[in-house]
Amino acid sequence: MKMLNRSEILETIKMISQHHLDIRTVTMGLNLVDCITDSASRTSDKVYDKICSNAEKLVPVAEEIASMYGIPIVNKRVSVTPVSIVGAASGGFLEIAQAMDRAARDIGIDFIGGYTALVQKGASAREKEFMDTIPEALASTDKVCSSLNVASTRAGINMDAVRRAGRLIKEAAYLTRDRDGIAAAKFVAFANAVEDNPFMAGAFHGAGEADKVINVGVSGPGVVKTALETIPDGDLSEVGETIKRTAFKITRVGQLVAKKAAEMLGASFGIVDLSLAPTPAVGDSVAAILEEIGLEQVGAHGTTAALMMLNDAVKKGGIMASQHVGGLSGAFIPVSEDAGMIAAAALGSLSVEKLEAMTAVCSVGLDMIAVPGDTPEEIISAVIADEAAIGVANNKTTAVRLIPVYGKGVGDVAEFGGLLGSAPIMRLNTLSPLRMISRGGRVAAPVHANKN
Amino acid sequence: MKAFLTVIGTDKVGIIAAVSTLLAANGVNIEDISQTIMQGTFTMVMAVDLSGAKTDFSALKSALNACADELGVEISLRHSDIFNAMHKI
Repeated sequence: MKMLNRSEILETIKMISQHHLDIRTVTMGLNLVDCITDSASRTSDKVYDKICSNAEKLVPVAEEIASMYGIPIVNKRVSVTPVSIVGAASGGFLEIAQAMDRAARDIGIDFIGGYTALVQKGASAREKEFMDTIPEALASTDKVCSSLNVASTRAGINMDAVRRAGRLIKEAAYLTRDRDGIAAAKFVAFANAVEDNPFMAGAFHGAGEADKVINVGVSGPGVVKTALETIPDGDLSEVGETIKRTAFKITRVGQLVAKKAAEMLGASFGIVDLSLAPTPAVGDSVAAILEEIGLEQVGAHGTTAALMMLNDAVKKGGIMASQHVGGLSGAFIPVSEDAGMIAAAALGSLSVEKLEAMTAVCSVGLDMIAVPGDTPEEIISAVIADEAAIGVANNKTTAVRLIPVYGKGVGDVAEFGGLLGSAPIMRLNTLSPLRMISRGGRVAAPVHANKN
Repeated sequence: MKAFLTVIGTDKVGIIAAVSTLLAANGVNIEDISQTIMQGTFTMVMAVDLSGAKTDFSALKSALNACADELGVEISLRHSDIFNAMHKI
């Protein structure tokens, strides 16, 4: 065996032990279409059995891989076929949610995603029934995550679904008001949702996917920041190049883990999601990268440009490192899960409006933002509409995960615990969009959707 | 299975002896050693072959951890694939 360069070996070890390089998630996508029956209880039993029999080894296999390569695998997750489809013949969606939650608990995974409906153009009667169950499903389970796709570049924006999403976010938050509205943190409204996303809350297993697929999300903001610290005076071409090189290395680890996990679990290798996913831990922050590039604090003018460059360089480095890249792929900017974002939001340096601009150039959207509990549902819908417009017009995925925190207002802090972190309640513009949201209907697909 | 073992910590008498004795006792062959003092810190990288190992990977890691505690250093053992993936195209 050719000895690798000693400094290369030590670089890898330092990335893991000092700069928080980890595999953020190994997510198994499972097709549940063959669980469909005309009885909710039989469907639920089949859903439980299929998840358990296919994913029972997910946690031990991930742990074995983590030990073999000496790299933490933070989350083990399962995503399933949208439950609005799985339960279309039987109804009884809440029973299916309970079966998913039980299965997730029994196999020891962190989250299960796919309590989902794709309603970007319209919703069936069953899908409307399904959407009404989302708040209760989230409030009565621990591990189930939910999403709605309310818009796409091809279909435009379904404003009826946007309106409904605002309402259900408020309901979910209200039902868990004793826990700072945690149920709303498990729901995301998408434009251009992807079928192979390994990240929560928005993971679901798309209809175009194989039966059993492994998708891996990498991380490593701390590694990128540390690499940039070595070139404090480099110009932005050098900054971009350094980010690319680092992203390449990070993604190669993701590719290695994804292939190995797929092989050991008898699943197809799906994609590596090229993500820079922060955690609340010090030194694991996307905001800190932007500040290292040269901003006094995230939120300063220049933030959008720095983020665009970061996001693009991560993709360029990562694409060569993996056979298949997919999912959301880009820098995440969840407020509550990033120490630098939390600090900037708490100081008022970072506003929701600036975050909205940032979402136009990165993955994925307004994420994990706590807002006052008395925010009217139409304002939440309007935030979703704005974000969907950015996604639809720019042919990219965007998302909204807002948490209205009952009993708290701007200046207070919401505590979600664990990886979800804590968040200062941020100010939303309180001017009323009620008349626009009440109109309903559809925003037509943009002109560039007509590509054929 | 090929792996890289690293030892990082304060230099003292007997680190290499203790680690290589443990490896020999477990049937692990050392293929290459590179050792230096970097800014006062003892740093050693060993390329090892585990194909003749008498204990499984996780048991070997536990034994190395115990040895690390005794020596007051950090020892890590990782499959070589992670380094190859990261540093070779």
